[in-house]
Amino acid sequence: MDIFLLEAIINGILLGGVLALLALGLNLIFGVIDVVWICYAELVMCGMYMIFWLHGFFGWPILIASFAAILGVAGLGVLLHLLVISPILGSAPINQLLATGGMLFFLQSLATLLFGTDFRNIGLRLPIIEFGDIFISYSRLLAFGAALIGAVALYLFLSRTYLGIAMRAIAQDREVMGLMGVDQRRIYLITSAVGGALAGLAACLLVLQYDVHPFIGLSFGPITFMICVLGGLGNMIGGFVAAFVMSQIIAIGGYYFSIEISYVLAFVFFIVLMFIRPQGLLAR
Amino acid sequence: MLSLRSVSAGYGSFRALFDVSLEVAPGEAIGVVGPNGAGKSTLMRVISGMLRSFSGELAFEGRSLTHLPAYRIVEAGIAHVPEHRRLFSKLTVEENLRIGAFLPQARRNYAERSEWVYALFPRLLERRRQLAGTLSGGEQQMVAIGRALMSKPKMLLMDEPSAGLAPLVVEQVFNLVRRIREEGFTVLIVEQNLQQVLEVVDRAYLLEVGRIRLSGSAAELKTNPMIQQAYMGL
Ligand SMILES: Nc1ncnc2c1ncn2[C@@H]1O[C@H](COP(=O)(O)OP(=O)(O)OP(=O)(O)O)[C@@H](O)[C@H]1O
Ligand SMILES: [Mg+2]
Repeated sequence: MDIFLLEAIINGILLGGVLALLALGLNLIFGVIDVVWICYAELVMCGMYMIFWLHGFFGWPILIASFAAILGVAGLGVLLHLLVISPILGSAPINQLLATGGMLFFLQSLATLLFGTDFRNIGLRLPIIEFGDIFISYSRLLAFGAALIGAVALYLFLSRTYLGIAMRAIAQDREVMGLMGVDQRRIYLITSAVGGALAGLAACLLVLQYDVHPFIGLSFGPITFMICVLGGLGNMIGGFVAAFVMSQIIAIGGYYFSIEISYVLAFVFFIVLMFIRPQGLLAR
Repeated sequence: MLSLRSVSAGYGSFRALFDVSLEVAPGEAIGVVGPNGAGKSTLMRVISGMLRSFSGELAFEGRSLTHLPAYRIVEAGIAHVPEHRRLFSKLTVEENLRIGAFLPQARRNYAERSEWVYALFPRLLERRRQLAGTLSGGEQQMVAIGRALMSKPKMLLMDEPSAGLAPLVVEQVFNLVRRIREEGFTVLIVEQNLQQVLEVVDRAYLLEVGRIRLSGSAAELKTNPMIQQAYMGL
């Protein structure tokens, strides 16, 4: 097999890990609270800025800055829920979309106002690893590993803990949760924090590979939504699988054509699949 | 233990309960009977806080429930087995029981409580890793009751536990209600199965179009001519 194709496939898998993390977070929010955070990738952008300032400017060690960013974005998730989502929980889905969509532009504009449109880099150079003739960037490998650990941790949380089980139950019957002694508002807040923390983790991993600017969210947001819809909105496993399918299309398309064309291919694949399987890739 | 004083409730502008008053003493088993649409389930929902009353007073062990949300009422010790069971069908039997033990004090005693519930329903022990939605109707009713018992309530509200079950299984459900009574729980049970429910309860209330028409001991109601005529086909 062509060594460069193999390299592209490996890079595709590594990219898939981070996309899967984003898809898990978005699906979690949708599955539990029944709203779509259109501004999810903008939360990632906020997290990237946090790391940039804490590490690149204030000189905090990268691990501590990353940890602070995860907590910080978790806090943003809680704020988003309290200020924007919770007042409109009962209203029509279109209003909820408009509200979180509005947050997208708000966060972009705020970042532009505060930081300008400069591309900023945290200036951390991680080595390139060489396996035989294949070159893999260490930062991508790290991102993939951390994303997998995040996904496994989320899986354990959802399957083993009382809170996790309640989160899976709440989507099936909201009314009856009260009879179980569960305060829905508390579950929503915790879910928003976990969803935010996942976006924060993604920010830690992406900031190693990409420069931060106010519009960086547009590079991951749309593809994340396509992945979630492809996997069946709210379906965690479907989203996880779809993330790797999409990242392979982008990687292999990028190898044969160009990276721009590969995104076009991914969109075409998405649209065609939506005609064939509107319920999502893994729906029964 | 539980007392309702002229409680009215309904949905939007529609009234389903009018001035309902009712008393349950500790250790009693009380039946609520009546035709379809009488407001029996509405009454249960008001007690457990799923539905807010329009007016009237609800109290449990001397403490007012009137403004408490459902999750606080479970904490106070009232568990509700809702109409149609309402299991989490995509979760396993064991996970359904875990949710039933969501309250902090119930979590601490999970091992002991679940052992007790599995002893009450050995069938569920065999099926504990199965998705609740794939169980038979009778087994699902066991899960619904078991889930409610996990919170270690003092009082159990049961809304038509025998609905949709075969006669043999209905018999089992009523035996179960007897056993739950013997364990010392106070029980408030809604049933269409008048003849059978009067065998297991101490007293019963007859509800018609949102009002209490009649109440008395099980023995009295069994011999009441109006009940015999309208509900027992005698
Ligand atoms: N969610 C609801 N919204 C509007 N009306 C409702 C709702 N639930 C019940 N009702 C109405 O309230 C009245 C009482 O209903 P309820 O369910 O309490 O009756 P029930 O005695 O439990 O009947 P059944 O024996 O058929 O279960 C009925 O007229 C019903 O149509
Ligand atoms: Mg009913």
